[in-house]
Amino acid sequence: MQQAVLPIYRIDANRPDRTGRAMADLRAGFASWRLAWTLARLDLRNRYRGSVIGPFWVTLSTAALVAGMGLLYAQLFRLDIANYLPYLATSLIVWNALSAMVSEATTCLSNAEGVIRQLRLPLTTHALRCVFRNALNAAHSLPLILVVFALMGQWPGAEALLVIPGLVVLAVNALSVSLFLGMICARFRDIGPIVANAMQLAFFMTPVIWKPELLGEGAKWLPLNPFYTMLEMVRGPLVEGGGTLMTWVAALLYTGALGGIALAFFVRFRSRVAFWV
Amino acid sequence: MATISARGLSIAFPLYHLAARSLKKRLLAKAAIRVKTDESNRVVVSALHDLSFEIRRGERVALVGTNGAGKTTLLRTLAGIYEPVAGELMVEGEIGSLIDPAAGMDSDSTGRENIRLRGLYRGMNDEEIAALEQDAAAFSGLGEFLDVPTRGYSAGMQVRLAFAMATAITPQILLMDEWFLAGDADFMTKAEERLARLVTGADILVIATHDMGVVRRWCTRVIKLEAGRIVADGTVEEVLGPAHAPEAAEEQA
Repeated sequence: MQQAVLPIYRIDANRPDRTGRAMADLRAGFASWRLAWTLARLDLRNRYRGSVIGPFWVTLSTAALVAGMGLLYAQLFRLDIANYLPYLATSLIVWNALSAMVSEATTCLSNAEGVIRQLRLPLTTHALRCVFRNALNAAHSLPLILVVFALMGQWPGAEALLVIPGLVVLAVNALSVSLFLGMICARFRDIGPIVANAMQLAFFMTPVIWKPELLGEGAKWLPLNPFYTMLEMVRGPLVEGGGTLMTWVAALLYTGALGGIALAFFVRFRSRVAFWV
Repeated sequence: MATISARGLSIAFPLYHLAARSLKKRLLAKAAIRVKTDESNRVVVSALHDLSFEIRRGERVALVGTNGAGKTTLLRTLAGIYEPVAGELMVEGEIGSLIDPAAGMDSDSTGRENIRLRGLYRGMNDEEIAALEQDAAAFSGLGEFLDVPTRGYSAGMQVRLAFAMATAITPQILLMDEWFLAGDADFMTKAEERLARLVTGADILVIATHDMGVVRRWCTRVIKLEAGRIVADGTVEEVLGPAHAPEAAEEQA
């Protein structure tokens, strides 16, 4: 259980240098990304141990959901299916990834209890593990979007490339949320269930299965919903000819705010996590 | 040069998850001095209190004391897992800690995969991982079982693998908990030599143990902890008394 630590380890409770230590933690965590990546792959492999199609179960169930809901809601909302189905497929797949990310973030540190209390590792490693795991998982469903596009014969234009910055911003948020929720939920065990409930509510409050136009005038307030802006960064370029400038600005503002809060929290409480888990 | 120095080192464990009031009161009523509430009304166990010591190169230190005296907490603090709430700690030298052999093992992975994973945990590069794999594979003597998930191992085989991985290190400062002394007798004879090499190869050894035989054989200094405080610190003879009357000496100390 030897750790590659700096030859000199000095810590003085009177001069904690919290910022320096937090930054060192982040640096060390990113430098050992291979560990986080390996652990994430093991997590997925173990989750579907013995299953024949493994993570593609998620893909299959999403496909069934998209087909079922697509037919039903196209009727209910009186929408053209060729137009609605690509929208719904993109929405649901991105939403599922986003919501899985948030809910797994709540346990990313408390589940690593055994390691945190035995090995000196950067906490960033555990957060990265959660981000990588969710990215890998999502990668199994994302191609489904292309299948739906092909079936409906609806292809986005060059603006689809905006998906790439969208996914990058999502990844930044994923890391922030892992660190932030991971720490809070390690300390207060009631936050996890609250987050799960909040996500449930957010699913209905956010235009995932319904289209923003249905709100009429109210649609202009939608950027106030952070989930909408996150979703729109990926969905917009794919099905709506690129998100509006407003959603991008709002998304970046939310990203900055979340990152700032997560970092402040990390700097202040990082050293306490070993006592919390 | 490897050194460890601590000044006024304190660690307090807030017991966050037993906020249930009655439980709290019951705990406080039995008031050991160590369980108290802090200024924000949390139950806090003072695990280590105001420890000051200096360990220099060549010293082999035994941490002794009853269960709950703070031996493992001190080891974890030295290893950098717990950060002190008060005081100062400086550890100079590369640390190798043998605190929990099974930490970070994945029971769904094969022995070989686990060895590679351990290498990654230690931040090794590919070359070092390959060396670790070879060394641990050879020493564990698991043969073809190395390619079977460790879930299917017997308890003895798991100990052998964990031991082989954990001891494939050459740290300057070796921190050890007594777990490895609990292995089955057959294996321990084989392990003995490897352990002896590890112990004598390190500049500093800090070992937490109940076994006075181990202390007398390997250690040059004993720090005795009681309820998170140092109650005795000196050579083995000073703290435990002369070698031939260990029991009596222990009581005096």
